[in-house]
Amino acid sequence: MEENRYELNKQLAQMLKGGVIMDVTTPEQAKIAEEAGACAVMALERIPADIRAAGGVSRMSDPKMIKGIQQAVSIPVMAKCRIGHFMEARILEAIEIDYIDESEVLSPADDIYHINKHDFKVPFVCGARDLGEALRRIGEGASMIRTKGEPGTGDVVQAVRHMRAMNAEIRRIQNLRADELFEAAKQLQVPAELVQYVHEHGKPPVVNFAAGGVATPADAALMMHLGAEGVFVGSGIFKSGNPEKRAAAIVKAVANYNDAGMLAELSADLGEAMVGINEQEIRLLMAERGK
Amino acid sequence: MKIGILALQGAFLEHEHMLQRLETDYFEIRQKKDLEQQMDGFIIPGGESTVMGKLLKELDMFEILRDRILSGLPVFGTCAGLILLAKEVEDNPTYFGSMNIRVKRNAYGRQLGSFYTQQDFAGIGVIPMSFIRAPYIAEAYEGVQILAWADGKIVAARQGNQLVTAFHPEVNEDVRVHQYFLDMISR
Repeated sequence: MEENRYELNKQLAQMLKGGVIMDVTTPEQAKIAEEAGACAVMALERIPADIRAAGGVSRMSDPKMIKGIQQAVSIPVMAKCRIGHFMEARILEAIEIDYIDESEVLSPADDIYHINKHDFKVPFVCGARDLGEALRRIGEGASMIRTKGEPGTGDVVQAVRHMRAMNAEIRRIQNLRADELFEAAKQLQVPAELVQYVHEHGKPPVVNFAAGGVATPADAALMMHLGAEGVFVGSGIFKSGNPEKRAAAIVKAVANYNDAGMLAELSADLGEAMVGINEQEIRLLMAERGK
Repeated sequence: MKIGILALQGAFLEHEHMLQRLETDYFEIRQKKDLEQQMDGFIIPGGESTVMGKLLKELDMFEILRDRILSGLPVFGTCAGLILLAKEVEDNPTYFGSMNIRVKRNAYGRQLGSFYTQQDFAGIGVIPMSFIRAPYIAEAYEGVQILAWADGKIVAARQGNQLVTAFHPEVNEDVRVHQYFLDMISR
């Protein structure tokens, strides 16, 4: 039965593929996101750009606020807990969240251990900068992976770096001889079975989305071309000049990432994009949290 | 025979893998010009019905596809695909409205209500069924043949050239429901 639960949780991520998951802070924003074509929403009190601006400790959102968003939309609702904070995760499970993001965007609660996600019925998505992190999170029970990127910056460079790093390692693993996989597992610090899976299938055993710094339809299309199976957009939508239009454009860009002509139309007249912060200008690198 | 698979969002690759295993040609439908190709059957995958419904309309494909379905184009909808084909959806908008059924969306609640079972499918036998935030068919009206039940609810049905399942045959290894659809087309 429990094996079925993990399969069902991986399968929910499969249903989200080719879609855009949007950060929202109010029921009104959640409705805008749903109407714009979001395949799921991430309910949180402050979007990453504001978390960055406010500083201090950032925690799980108020369950009442999350419930308000669950009532406002019919699509899946996700929410974030702190890395290692299994009691925040239990609370989110108790309110029947559809997916928990054990997220580096919030302040980590544990600087050594991640949550043992096998203990939960509810599914988890986790961030990763490379294949080793991705497979460690999967080993702990994550049923979906996303790049970490650098949240709240509007700068896509880190998401690109993480996706390319992951793909380069996957190609390397595919080219190894079977008897070399154990050493690869040792180097990556991950279970050998997961390395064997990657060797055979050329991908991790769960769905992999792009996240962190995606702000434009072109950014979303870029990440799809680099192998993302879908896109999270955090601050990029509701920190921009025209959220409705930008959200809808990013959704269409993900569905038709191969058509540059259509992307040109989608990119036109979107109003102001979120004000970006370059990686070099920020002091706190959230991607460094939780390895 | 060539099958068009709606590839706007959701688990369309999984349907492609099933057709590969059945050695059947297919193509992805992402925009209007993809509809210029010859299409003998049409698959609407699992995913979010709100996303697919909106994109179908905004990309100017909705009316063309609705007319073809109403004129008898064989169509297979799984989960979100079932919702898009239903004539009535409780408390939710309808889309193609071509199939004479009333559907309850997110009928088992949130992800914690998702479940796996094995049940009989008419003419095929017992098959694996994954229900992911699934709908069920609350009522099958005239002309609809019920093909499968799970937990006292109708979860697969057929009306003429239209086949729907509330579960996801595309995520399990069993190809028999896809074979059933291909047989529907050849007959």
